[in-house]
This record gives sequence, C-alpha cells and structure tokens, in this order.
Amino acid sequence: MLSQSLSAAFSEASVRHSLAATLALALAAGPIGVFLMLRRMSLVGDAMAHAILPGVAIGFLAAGLNVFAMTLGGLAAGLVIALSAGAISRATKLQEDASLAVFLLLSLALGVVIVTVKGIDIDQLMTFLFGETAARMTAEKLLVIAGNATISLIGLALIYRPLVLGCVDPGFLRSVSRADGVAHLTFLALLVLNLINAFHALGTLLGVGIVIIPAATARFWTRDVSLMIALAIASGLVAGWTGVLFAFYAGIPSGPAVTLAAGLLYVGSVLFGRIGGLVWRAFPGRHLEA
Amino acid sequence: MTAQIRFQNLTLGYDRHPAVHHLDGAVEAGSLTAVVGPNGAGKSTLFKALVGAIEPLAGAIERNGFKPEEIAYLPQVAEVDRTFPINVYDLVAMGLWRIKGPFGGVGRKDRDTVERAIEAVGLTGFEQRAIGTLSGGQMQRTLFARLLLQDAPVIVLDEPFAAVDAKTAGDLLALVRRWHDEKRTVLAALHDMEVVKATFPQALLLAREPIAWGATGDVLTPENIAKARRMCEAFDDEAIACAVAESA
Repeated sequence: MLSQSLSAAFSEASVRHSLAATLALALAAGPIGVFLMLRRMSLVGDAMAHAILPGVAIGFLAAGLNVFAMTLGGLAAGLVIALSAGAISRATKLQEDASLAVFLLLSLALGVVIVTVKGIDIDQLMTFLFGETAARMTAEKLLVIAGNATISLIGLALIYRPLVLGCVDPGFLRSVSRADGVAHLTFLALLVLNLINAFHALGTLLGVGIVIIPAATARFWTRDVSLMIALAIASGLVAGWTGVLFAFYAGIPSGPAVTLAAGLLYVGSVLFGRIGGLVWRAFPGRHLEA
Repeated sequence: MTAQIRFQNLTLGYDRHPAVHHLDGAVEAGSLTAVVGPNGAGKSTLFKALVGAIEPLAGAIERNGFKPEEIAYLPQVAEVDRTFPINVYDLVAMGLWRIKGPFGGVGRKDRDTVERAIEAVGLTGFEQRAIGTLSGGQMQRTLFARLLLQDAPVIVLDEPFAAVDAKTAGDLLALVRRWHDEKRTVLAALHDMEVVKATFPQALLLAREPIAWGATGDVLTPENIAKARRMCEAFDDEAIACAVAESA
C-alpha cells in the first residue's frame, strides 16, 4: 500500500524535482540558519526574506514567470539591501538591525510604487508571491536551486573561520585581521542566495522557515557548532521531505507543509532536547558528586 | 635600546574630548611597562589606539615598522560571547590566526603548540569544556593561552588581573615575566601598586595628561599619585578647543 503510493509520488517528475530541491535547500540553508541564530540575526533573516520580494516582483514584471529573471531580481534587491545596511552600520554608529529595518521598509515601499505604476493585477502578483506555484517544481528551478546551494556551501567554507571567530570574539578578530567585514558581508550575500532558493522551493513568506527553524531545533541537542550544523541539515532534510510528500498527498502548497513539519521537530526538541529541553529541566535528576 | 613604540604629542579621545592629552615618549623594545592611573585616566583609550581600534585626534603613534594587527591585545572586557558553542581548545587555537590566517591548515605541530599553551596556563584537562561553563579565572587563563599562541613581539594587557583571584593572578603574572624574559615588549594597565612595584621595571602614570614615565620607583611617588588623582576629574561639556600647538 504505502510502497505503491510512494512509487506513485516518485513517478511524478515534479515531486522528484521537489525532493531533490529540498535536499539542496536543506544542505545549504542548515549552516546559514545556524550562524544566523548564533549571530542573533534570526529575525534579520526573516526581514531579509521580505526585503527581496520587490526585487523578485520586478523580475516577474520584466520577464513574467521566468525563474532566472526572478532570481536575478531577488538577488539584486537582497544584495543591495544587505550590503548597504551592513556597510552603513559598519561606517556609522547605527546598529545593523536598525539600518536593515530602514532598508527593508524602503525596499517594500519601492516595490509597491513600481507595481502600482506598472499597473499590474496585484491579486495575481500576490498569489504568485505567497503560494501555489511553490509546489510546482520544474527542472529549471531545480537547476537554479542546486546552483545557488553549491555557491552557498563553497562560499561558507571560504569564510567559515572568520565567521566563527567573528561570532565568538569579534573584538579579537578585529584586532588580528581585517577579514571581519568581508566575512560578514559575504555571509549576508549567502543568506540572500538561500532565501531566494527557499522562495523558489517553498514560496516567499514561508521559505525562510527551512533556514531558521532547523537551526533552532539543533540548538537543543548539542553544544558543538559543527554538530549543530549537521543536525540542522538533517532536521531540515527530514522536515523538507516529509513536508513535500505530505503536500503532494494532501494537495496543499509545500511551503506551509514543510514549515509545519520543521515546527513539529522544533516542538519535540523544545520538550525533549538534551541541552535545555523542558523535560530535562523539569526532571534534571539528582545533582552530581563533582 | 631602540624604541618599539613612540608617541608623538598624541591626543586621543571621543567626540573631540581628549581622554589622553599630549602624550610624548617611547616604549623601549623588550621593556615591561605598567600603565597606572585612576579610572578614566585614559589607559584603555591609549591601548585601543595602540592596536589601531581608534584613530588619534592629534599627534601620531610610531610602531617601528610593524602593523597594529601584530600586537597581541587583551582588552579589559573581552567581547567573548560565552554562549557560543565552542570549547577551550578551539578558542585558544584562534591565537594561531596571525600565522595561519583564514585558510591555513592546522597540523600536528600546531596542535602540540596549542596543547602546550593550554598546559602553560594550567588548563590541561579542560580542552573539551564549552567556554560557557568556565569560571572567570579559567576564562582569563584561556585568553592568556590564546595570547601565548599569538607569539607577538608586543603584548598589551588591559587590567588583566582585575577580576581574578590571587592564585590565578600569580600564575598569569608568571607568564608576563616569561614574556619579559623572552625580550617581548609588554604593556599592562594595573591598579595593584604592589604588583607593579614587584614586577614592572617601568611605569607610566597617566591622568589624561602624562604625570610621570620612567623607572617604577621614580614614578610611583606619593606626590605623583596625589597629582594624578586631582587631574583625573573634569570632563567639561563646554570645553573650548585646546590651544597647545599640534606639532611638537
């Protein structure tokens, strides 16, 4: 029974593409989410996801439902916002989150102006931006997602050392090197790349879920950063595949399905996680001898 | 003796208000200097300028050809995020940055160096402990181990013993003496005059203006210390531009 219905699912090309895309997405987004969390930037990730929206809209206006145009539009918007916000907070005393909030609002406002002036059907645009199409994975989209994920993983490997050091002891990193700024801006660029991936696979609003939730889940199981990244990838993958298959059977968009699956793993970890989970806190056992 | 660092009519501060005012003088290569003075005397500000974290308002710092990044610097309050999931070993190993940079591999020989540094600060057995579980003294030992690995010609310590017990302070002071024996140039901001007199041959008494600089016995006289206390008060919001000539 189960194997029959599974093989039915796998015989659908779009489902196979979707599963492969989720694999790429989870691999690249896991570590990005972990560093977002460790840099206390999870909400920044959320804000960025909305900030790229106007760029995607511009791409859509220019070329219709063309995956490359929308990727380029989103990439451009995200990079401009991330890099200018990062650069301004580095050059002045304004906190990065404040300057990012400003740019997010400007970007959204600009997006609305462009859309209004161009006179496109806003309903159509909103449907496209918030759902439905997310589940229809094409080979073309898969290619873009896999490419972005590859770039993201390579980029992260290149900045890994200064990134960790910049999280643990930013003062020390600044005192020994100038790599701090480069690493941070590169990280923001990689974040944008992953948000666009998530957007293609799961829709704009909920896509960011697979970046942030698995990282928060992993935090409940380990104190080691490498292990945390591995766990984030694994839980992203489990949530991704469960969500995509469930979406296929239930006929719902994959964005909410994947996000809810990730949320289930998160709730389980909050309750039973070995590091600070609620159950362990409630029943810590007798104190040790030393 | 050659000068490792030379201050030329150096004025440092924030929003044009001077925290260090018209400092002249040189730190000899291989010297061990205590920087003393009341809170607000400009000790931390001087160190920040030394490592290039702030720019002078006027005057200049000559570093005898080496870069600010080559100075090993322990700030008064390290910006270490103690909640970050990293262990003692990896935090200490970060001291290798100057040699390894962002991409250099860490081999068996480097791992031995890290182990030796951890041993030198008395933290053997703590390698795998998460930094969030360390006591204040153990954390300071960890940061000293990292300084050891930096293997820098100039070492700057901002109140390194302010929050540690006598045993830890004694152990870490032994490392400072070792650096001095190895002919490194060491500057340390300190408040414990007994430690200064016992260990530091040179002293700079600062109270925004330099009060005295030279052999510790000549600097730490009751008159000089009283003068430093008097001078270190006022930060005047209405202060007018300083009239002392910029170029000396």
